[in-house]
Amino acid sequence: MSTTVLPSYEDAIARYEPVIGLETHVELGTNTKMFCGCPTVFGGEPNTQVCPVCLGLPGALPVANRAAIEATIRIGLALNCNIAEWCRMARKNYFYPDMPKNFQTSQYDEPLCVDGYVDVDIDGETFRVEIERVHLEEDTGKSLHVGGSTGRIHGATESLVDYNRAGIPLVEIVTKPVPGLGARAPEVAKAYVTELRDIIRSLNVSDVRMEQGSMRCDVNTSLNLPGDEWGTRTETKNVNSLRSVERAVRSEIIRQAMLLNEGTRIFQETRHFQETTGDTRPGRSKETATDYRYFPEPDLVPIAPDTAWVAELKAALPPVPSVKRARLAEEWGISKDEMQSVVNAGATELIEQTIAAGATPAGARKWWMGELARRANETGVELADVGATPAQVAQLQGLVDEGKLNDKLARQVLEGVVSGEGDPAAVIAARGLGVVSDTGALTAAVDEAIAANPDIAAKVRDGKVAAAGALVGAVMKTTRGQADAKTVRELILARLS
Amino acid sequence: MTAAQIAGLISSGEASAVEVATAHLARIDAVDERVHAFLHVDREGALEAARKVDEQRSKGEALGPLAGVPVAVKDVIATKGVPTTAASKILEGWKPPYDATIVERLRGAGTVMLGKTNMDEFAMGSSTEYSAYGATNNPWDLGRIPGGSGGGSAASLAAYEAPLAIGTDTGGSIRQPGAVTGTVGAKPTYGGTSRYGLIAFSSSLDTPGPCARTVEDAALLHSVIAGHDVRDSTSIPQAVPDVVAAARLGATGDLTGVKLGIVKEFAGEGAEPGVMAAFRESVEALVKLGAEVVEVSCPHFEFALPAYYLIAPSEASSNLARFDGVRYGLRVGDDGNRSLEEVMSLTREAGFGPEVKRRIILGTYALSSGYYDAYYGQAQKVRTLITRDFTTAFEQVDVLISPTTPFVAFPFGSRTSDPYQMYLADLYTIPTNLYGGPAISVPCGLSEGLPVGFQVMAPTMADDRMYRVAAALESAVGTFTPPELSLESAA
Repeated sequence: MSTTVLPSYEDAIARYEPVIGLETHVELGTNTKMFCGCPTVFGGEPNTQVCPVCLGLPGALPVANRAAIEATIRIGLALNCNIAEWCRMARKNYFYPDMPKNFQTSQYDEPLCVDGYVDVDIDGETFRVEIERVHLEEDTGKSLHVGGSTGRIHGATESLVDYNRAGIPLVEIVTKPVPGLGARAPEVAKAYVTELRDIIRSLNVSDVRMEQGSMRCDVNTSLNLPGDEWGTRTETKNVNSLRSVERAVRSEIIRQAMLLNEGTRIFQETRHFQETTGDTRPGRSKETATDYRYFPEPDLVPIAPDTAWVAELKAALPPVPSVKRARLAEEWGISKDEMQSVVNAGATELIEQTIAAGATPAGARKWWMGELARRANETGVELADVGATPAQVAQLQGLVDEGKLNDKLARQVLEGVVSGEGDPAAVIAARGLGVVSDTGALTAAVDEAIAANPDIAAKVRDGKVAAAGALVGAVMKTTRGQADAKTVRELILARLS
Repeated sequence: MTAAQIAGLISSGEASAVEVATAHLARIDAVDERVHAFLHVDREGALEAARKVDEQRSKGEALGPLAGVPVAVKDVIATKGVPTTAASKILEGWKPPYDATIVERLRGAGTVMLGKTNMDEFAMGSSTEYSAYGATNNPWDLGRIPGGSGGGSAASLAAYEAPLAIGTDTGGSIRQPGAVTGTVGAKPTYGGTSRYGLIAFSSSLDTPGPCARTVEDAALLHSVIAGHDVRDSTSIPQAVPDVVAAARLGATGDLTGVKLGIVKEFAGEGAEPGVMAAFRESVEALVKLGAEVVEVSCPHFEFALPAYYLIAPSEASSNLARFDGVRYGLRVGDDGNRSLEEVMSLTREAGFGPEVKRRIILGTYALSSGYYDAYYGQAQKVRTLITRDFTTAFEQVDVLISPTTPFVAFPFGSRTSDPYQMYLADLYTIPTNLYGGPAISVPCGLSEGLPVGFQVMAPTMADDRMYRVAAALESAVGTFTPPELSLESAA
């Protein structure tokens, strides 16, 4: 009886060399679909954003969306690709219920962008991931299985199809196989997808939200003994978080090493990543490869981007995110890791704008990465949609710097701001939250505190100045935190000296 | 009576559009049981459209040149709310939620749509025998085929059920039925008429076009439906040539200075002697009108038929994939115990007829990996060579001429057992589709009492040239009326 023993990652990597490859799908944020004028808004009622074209009704014809072609070219340029002067869409034929025409209009042997690269940086070491192609295609609809307990097809009484997503432009970015990474392979995979996401976000062509599926990643992994040819690869589909990319590669290396250790052949197959367990499970077997019967799409004229237009797009590309990040980290006086967490939170532009509105880098970062990030997390919205503007955050920090708000009050003011009560000044006025440092108004509260705590007052009189803290606390309590602590302390000491 | 004459009566007020529509509907009631040109008659829609024209006229509004004229539309073209089946069981009862662009244009021009005409299923065939709803009979001889795939459109004209009809031409489906029914059928330049709303057979070849009883009527209808459409990526943005003026010029009977090219490779191959005789007499008639005739060589035309029978089925196999029972039309075997694949498979098994299945299998094979280069790829190369033949020929002559079909209307069933014999019907029409240029079939005489068609082929976007030559021939040989039905004009 053979036993299946999972090797440790270290053992697997000590014995085998991994080769990885990544195919990333990005839904473009165009206003309309790839081949018709239907809206692309996420989350609409099923089948409300459809027309004869994206439903593939008999007789309907596609017309290519120029904005999608432009976005794809910009992605290609940002990934250092060559842009084809002439190319065509192709039909990829296969039957699937959520694909209206039973063929997907895609690109095959004539992609729009080829031969690029992305450099990723890990602990000061640079790894180059070469891009084979960037091409344009249309998304499919979504199947919904109802009546079962799991929402999956098994046990469902009915299957429904929502075609709202059908026809949304999708860009596929395919890397060349990346060998020679050794133990770094999972990290490089994650870093590459992160960098890709940042680049695409900087181009403003997609919201690249992995959790909403607007960016999806298929991870190819194979193992070979040193000196041998590359092994048989498996394809782990639809990995939907950055962390999962790393875990998927790692767990697939361990699983394949186990099979190779046993002398078992690796089957070329599609696998699915399990978020809960962190391993992969088999999907459709690829033993009999699907024949997609690609041929040039006869319903569409070829795409021939004007070279002057491409040059124009190239000239207008935003700075490379990694370069910009390094510059900002230096300007803001933070580490690369801290900068990465700012990027991951989607806070870069917000912090930049807050600084531009007058806040210090530390002040700006404090609010966006602290209170506001926490709130965005809790409510499940993007930081940019949390309810505060960079200008408001800058005003808030300004009031703190001027001593008109303490930390505790500032948090309350911010709460008012994100609740839609207006600018910090308006919230302060409406809620009566300003710091009170007027001695006249505070003297009564101080006298009250002294009268209520004669023992403590006596200690202070006897020279135990540290005991004054308790009196300050009492005053803060009666003034509901609005007193300026420094002023209160001075008043108490003056009274009791 | 011609469409132009009917339009004249309506605009002058001598007849109302409702009277004209009613007369044609009555004619359909009287003869269509025997002819079976229509799959669906839209009585209400037709009368409604006619009433609108009469209203416009009574208000003194300007009417288009075909306002109030009835038109029959091939059932492969989407008509909003009116059944559209492509003569297939798989689409039985399907009512499109939208109009094809050319239907929009027909409605916009005030024409009155009578209904949907019969055809070979998904436009695959040359005899209308492959309709899932039964064949159409040729008004010249009810025991013979009316041509295909647009047999219903052509027969509706020959039987005087409609003065105008719309067809689609992928390999000759407008011209060949025109030829065997003694009517006029024109395939415009590919991209000159919009394919939006045309249920695709072979996307790179399909071309909607006009069917009529006279060249001028065809030109009038052509000018209504042609022109750029932003919804069809392959639609040509250029302005449509003035085909009506060209037809009227041709009708004056002067062809001085026009050079006609006879394709050497078409000389008599498989053509019936009677067809060739009528063709030769027509050429003589054109020479008498001042035309010059030279022989030109198109060496790759002999490969057109095999190339076509790889390209068209390949595209069809992909275009017809959407008919799977999931979204619309027929669904078979959905009893809760069968898998999706089984339901799709049973639906397609029951929904598609034999010729459609034959071509899907052929096309699937031709596109499959390992065979693509040998078949589809090779056929595309032949297509390029044929295009080159046309380009070279048009450097020497203004138009090319040939018989439209090698034979006159054949009896039902005589060719269905041998697909290759059926495919030969389109021998002379197919090269034009591979090239993309316009071509027209005009009646030129009779053989054994049955009509013979004369084909004029022109360079792309020179549709006007072929109308001029066709109208000149018509002025010399006249028009042809079938003898058997009672055929006095309906209007």
